[in-house]
This record gives sequence, C-alpha cells and structure tokens, in this order.
Amino acid sequence: MALLDKFAALAAQYGKLETAGANPFNVAFDEVLSPVEARIGGRSILLLGTNNYLGLTYDPAVIDAAVQATQHLGTGTTGSRIANGSYAGHRKLEQALADFYGRRHAMVFSTGYQANLGILSALAGKTDYLILDADSHASIYDGSHLGSAQIIRFRHNDPDDLDKRLGRLAGTPGDKIVVVEGIYSMLGDSAPLRDFAQVKRAHGAYLLVDEAHSLGVLGETGRGLTEAAGVEVDADFIVGTFSKSLGGVGGFCVSDMPGFDILRVVSRPYMFTASLPPSIIAAATEALHQIRLRPQLRHQLIHNAERFYAGLSALGFELGPEPSPVVSSIMPDPQTAFAFWSNLLEAGLYTNVSLPPATPRSLALLRSSVSAAHSTAQIDLALDIFATVGRQMGLIPAARRAAQA
Amino acid sequence: MNTSVTDIHETVFGMLRAKLEKPIALTDDTHIVNELGLDSVAVMDFVMEIEDRLDISVPLDRIAEVETLGDLVATVRALKGVQ
Repeated sequence: MALLDKFAALAAQYGKLETAGANPFNVAFDEVLSPVEARIGGRSILLLGTNNYLGLTYDPAVIDAAVQATQHLGTGTTGSRIANGSYAGHRKLEQALADFYGRRHAMVFSTGYQANLGILSALAGKTDYLILDADSHASIYDGSHLGSAQIIRFRHNDPDDLDKRLGRLAGTPGDKIVVVEGIYSMLGDSAPLRDFAQVKRAHGAYLLVDEAHSLGVLGETGRGLTEAAGVEVDADFIVGTFSKSLGGVGGFCVSDMPGFDILRVVSRPYMFTASLPPSIIAAATEALHQIRLRPQLRHQLIHNAERFYAGLSALGFELGPEPSPVVSSIMPDPQTAFAFWSNLLEAGLYTNVSLPPATPRSLALLRSSVSAAHSTAQIDLALDIFATVGRQMGLIPAARRAAQA
Repeated sequence: MNTSVTDIHETVFGMLRAKLEKPIALTDDTHIVNELGLDSVAVMDFVMEIEDRLDISVPLDRIAEVETLGDLVATVRALKGVQ
C-alpha cells in the first residue's frame, strides 16, 4: 500500500471535479482587476467570494504604505519575532491595534490561523478547560489541540448549553476559557454575545472572541461583535485577522490581561515562524487607519449585505439565519453545490463551495461574501445571475412572483 | 436516568440506532468511522447527544481515543463513574 492510499476515496472525489473542469478548490485568477473583478482566461468575473469585506486591497493609501515599506525596509524580515524579525513597524502596528480596541496589550501573528494557534495553545494549561462553540473554525480546534488543556464543545450559539457544561465543571480545578466567534464564516450568523457574557460572569470563566469576520464589519467603530453587543469589558481576549476586512495577511490578539507579554516567549506559533514582511505590516497599519477614518465603508458593506441577502431570500433560496457579509445558500447536496458553483462561474460570478466536515450540520453550502466595493449595480447583477442559474437548475421557483419582492 | 453498566450500553446503542439512516448490525467491535461512515464532526455531534442524555461532558481527547462502540461505552461509563 502506498503512503497516500489512505486518501484514495477523497482523491477519487477530487479527481472527478478536476475532470469536470470545475474544481472550486483549485481556481486561479489570471488577473485581478479590483477588489470585486478578476479575469480567468479571457472572461471577466465578478468576485462574490473573497472575504474582502471593505475592499481595501486596492486602496491607494494602503498600497502606497506597502510600497514605501518595501523600498525602505526590504521584502522580508528573514527572522522570527523573538530572534531577529521585530522591526519598529511590528511594534507600531501592535500599538495601533491596542489603541483601536482600547486595550493595554496587543500581539501580532503571521496569520490569523496562527493567532488562534498561538493564543489558545498558550493560554490554557494541562489542568485548564477550553470550552468551544461546536461550530468553531478549524484554527480554534487546532489551536486547542496544540495545547494540553481539556477541550469541551457546547452547542452552537446556545448560552443555556454553555451554562450547563460550565455547571458540570463547577468545583473542578483549573481555569475555564470560553471561545466564540463574532460572525461564523460558514453561515454568517453571529453569537448571542450578551448572553454568553452573562454565563461567563456567572461561572467565573474567561471569554475569548474571535472577530476574524466581524472586525471592521460590526460595532459603532468597527471593533466587532463585542462592541456591537456592548460587552467589551467581558471579552478577556479578542483575536482577529488582517486577511479579511484589512485586505492583507496576519493575525493578532488584544487583551488587558496583566502579564500578557509573557506569551511572547511562551507561544510557539509566535516564536517559531518568520514575522510578517514590512510591506504587510505597513499595509495592515494603514488599512486599520482607513477603517477608523472611513466608517462609510462599513455602512456601504452592511447596505450591500442586506440588499443581497434580501434579494436571494426573495428569490426563494434557503439562507443562513441573519443578513451579514457572509451569505450562504443551503444546497440539497454537495453535487448540486458543485454544479451551481460551476454554472455561476460560467455566467461570470465567482462564489465559494463549503462542504462537511467544514460546515455545521453536514450542510452543503454555496457561500458568497459581499464587499463594500460592490456597486449596487453589481449586487443586482449577482442577484440576476443567481436567479437565472437557480431557475435553470430548478433550485428556486420558476415564477417571477418573488423577483421584485 | 439510566446509569447502570447495562443501561449505559443500551442507551448508547439505542441512540445510535435511532440516528443511523439504514440498519447496521452494531456490536462492541463496530468501528465508528470505518463502518458507520460518520465523519469527525458527526462523531462529536453524536457524543454531544450522549452527553446531554447522561449529563456528562466528554473532553475531545477522550473522544479521539475512541475507535469502536465498545470504546465509546467504556469512556462514557468511566466518566459517569460506572465500571
């Protein structure tokens, strides 16, 4: 038996997608023209699946900051944060993040994935408990497994279930750290954070909120769901990423926890990887500045998200529970999701396919993400393509009765 | 609530039978992933149902050690304090 034979079943499925010439997991854009437009071969594609929520990837000020940094500081740091890869820019970005969140401490990681790995593995020791929402992102599960704490799941977005599980641990030695997300990346639903905060307080647990998809999206100043729900004081740790609303790559954690900086010499995903290049750091710093400077980006994003969600809903698609920049249509099965995705792309619209076990309740999803950079005309064009292809495939009612609703 | 050795065995097997779409003969040696076709998340979700029924919490590292239904029953009994 060959080494990779254990993946035979998966390889067969993957091969089928390749043969069909439409593999959602292996698309390459030949040219990207803007936050919302690209070219594949000779065809123009409208992008509706990039997580580029505020469209900052082509912001002139952000690009200029990245160019300047490369010219003055070079292409890479060639070192890790604790050895030889900390520049003034890394410190400056950490200060900017701490200032943005009104927190004492901030740590920058090389990706959002590593931020969860680095924080969760370091925070919880052998006798501690990590209490995870069942629908947590893979980085939360992986970060929990990287450490030595006990890991317990509670039912997704269910404060009563969290209460029950923390109750079972009453009297058990060790700290309890509850982990939830601001916006869940698969269905776009957000956590009932006020209720979670209450449960957390009642049991004397700590709370970590991953705002990867909600930074720059929710809250009066874009700080995320904790700000929107008015429970920032209860969130002991906030983790986030630069790779969505900030249009770059990298991750961070902010906190008021006394002694937080010791994690810099404890957290292995922080210590044993190269630090972010100067261009990325400068771009993230400028993008954060742009979020603070231009709340209208967030308002436009929410407007676009609500328009698209309402439009798909009126067409008869079954969606996640609430409008958000992540809008997922629930498909009957993975084959239909692949076919729909492929037909949408053929019609000039790029979206995503999300499948179990990455999705909750074994759902097959046709996932879209909306950007502030989409014009109203582009949102309406996307809706038209969904309507045409969806009707052709019999996924939604053929009648036009709902089209103008 | 069922908490004797036999009762826990019956509870786990009964809950699983109710969940499976087609009837499969279940024994202590049945391999949960290979024979029942449950993926990693489906296994965790099934364990969550057991947790609710028996009022226990099963840490994920304990689930990771489980391969067969017999392993699962033994783990649940240990956490319930029933040997």
